Amino acid sequence: MAILLIAEHDNALLKSATLSTVTAATQIGGDIDLLVVGNGCAAAADAAAKVPGVRKVLLADNAVYDHEIAENVAALIKEIAADYSHILAPATTNGKNFMPRVAALLDVGQISEIMSVESADTFKRPIYAGNAIATVQSLDAVKVITVRGTSFDPAAIEGGSASVESLSQVTDTGLSRLVSEELAQSDRPELTTAKIIVSGGRGMGDKAHFEMLETLADKLGAAVGATRAAVDAGFVANDYQIGQTGKVVAPELYIGVGLSGAIQHLAGMKDSKVIVAINKDEDAPIFQVADYGLVADLFEAVPELEKSL
Amino acid sequence: MKILVAVKRVIDYNVKVRVKADRSDVDLANVKMALNPFCEIAVEQAVRLKEQGIATEILVVSIGNKSCEEQLRTALALGADRALRIDTEAAPDALSVARLLAKVAEAEQPDLILLGKQAIDSDNNQTGQMLAALLDRPQATFASEVKIDGKTLQVTREVDGGLQTLNVTLPAVVTTDLRLNEPRYASLPNIMKAKKKPLEVKTAEALGVTVASNITLVSVEPPAQRSAGIKVGSVAELVEKLRNEAKVIA
Repeated sequence: MAILLIAEHDNALLKSATLSTVTAATQIGGDIDLLVVGNGCAAAADAAAKVPGVRKVLLADNAVYDHEIAENVAALIKEIAADYSHILAPATTNGKNFMPRVAALLDVGQISEIMSVESADTFKRPIYAGNAIATVQSLDAVKVITVRGTSFDPAAIEGGSASVESLSQVTDTGLSRLVSEELAQSDRPELTTAKIIVSGGRGMGDKAHFEMLETLADKLGAAVGATRAAVDAGFVANDYQIGQTGKVVAPELYIGVGLSGAIQHLAGMKDSKVIVAINKDEDAPIFQVADYGLVADLFEAVPELEKSL
Repeated sequence: MKILVAVKRVIDYNVKVRVKADRSDVDLANVKMALNPFCEIAVEQAVRLKEQGIATEILVVSIGNKSCEEQLRTALALGADRALRIDTEAAPDALSVARLLAKVAEAEQPDLILLGKQAIDSDNNQTGQMLAALLDRPQATFASEVKIDGKTLQVTREVDGGLQTLNVTLPAVVTTDLRLNEPRYASLPNIMKAKKKPLEVKTAEALGVTVASNITLVSVEPPAQRSAGIKVGSVAELVEKLRNEAKVIA
């Protein structure tokens, strides 16, 4: 049994979600090969080779894989899939984009966003916005799986010494071309890996008030998140969004400010270790999941909280 | 151009689901059902393309038993021209749905296929990508903006960290994200008119697809309950608790 794991990287380093996926692969058991695919990603392959437990790193470094265009990446994975019983990728927007395409090319189903490994063919995954947990078994010859990063501890980044093997295949379908990319700039920790998250909802009122949360976040070394309402209202960019349709986070401390706690939002954060809610409506559903709730006007409470840290 | 839109009947997004006592599945008896919110956005996008004079015909397809004709009528009331239901008894998995839609696409030859990015029941986020693979067509997932210029489709996608814009050649498969548009409501006259629009029914067998899955549902359980929290009286008390009780801040 061997596992092919498609690494998510920024060309230089592996993303934390990749390291969590390595842990999931270790729990399944078997040899683990990491595929690093991209354009100019040799450094990421070297980083992948240092992860303990990795047998070898496959490097597909070519302009056709720039930004991991799904059509080309899926075609490549299909070509090298024959040697593997499991194909895993982190459940990031990238992994979610190309993995179902891989599954269909291999004529098998996919198991999305697993949160635990029960055995080599049985996994748990959330359904209905995390309001139920399904145990599913795959009888497919090849198991195509995406892994929820926050459900598995990240693997170590040092200690391994896998070999790096360059793949000669170049699969260019010519179906799709990148025009541009517009990434939000942030010096704060990445939302999905931050230990502390300060998150705001519609109650923040406007864009300017969100700066209050940013000041608080900077003091805590935290990332800033938001609800869909806050994103739709234009307070912050959409990549701040936490929830069923945004990012799933599980920090040690989650501070929800001026957000009601709709089920779609809870789906993205209810596995946080400690949840704090600050809301002036004492009946807000967020208080049902909060470890510490403060019924107060956020415009007084947040500055006071920031001062007392 | 012709647009194919796939829609799914799911539990209403405001309903809090309950797991059956025997843990075989969630309990959907007597629960309010609706059009999956992402599918609504896909229908809206198709209707807008028609209003812009780009689309000439919108075919909306759903897979399931007779009850999903209700959602097809909703889509017709929103502006789709005709509907097709593919009759299946058991709920098919994403790959089976993709296979069925691929058969429909081969017969209908749409220039654009629109789906929601995920259904809020299974939360799979697979069907659109699988369909694109089966048809060997380009895919643009998590679309927040769609522009059509002749045979080229320019799609802005919501990705981790920001936005990405792709050019894909038509025919293509696009899955919609929340911010693509704000779906309209069906007006009463349109709901009445929708009752007269054509709704065809075909069986999966007639399309030559055997609905089967190698992925089986073993059991369903409720998520772990969080222990009840406390309400604190002041910011000072909150900070004290976070420092000394929860020990999550320095």
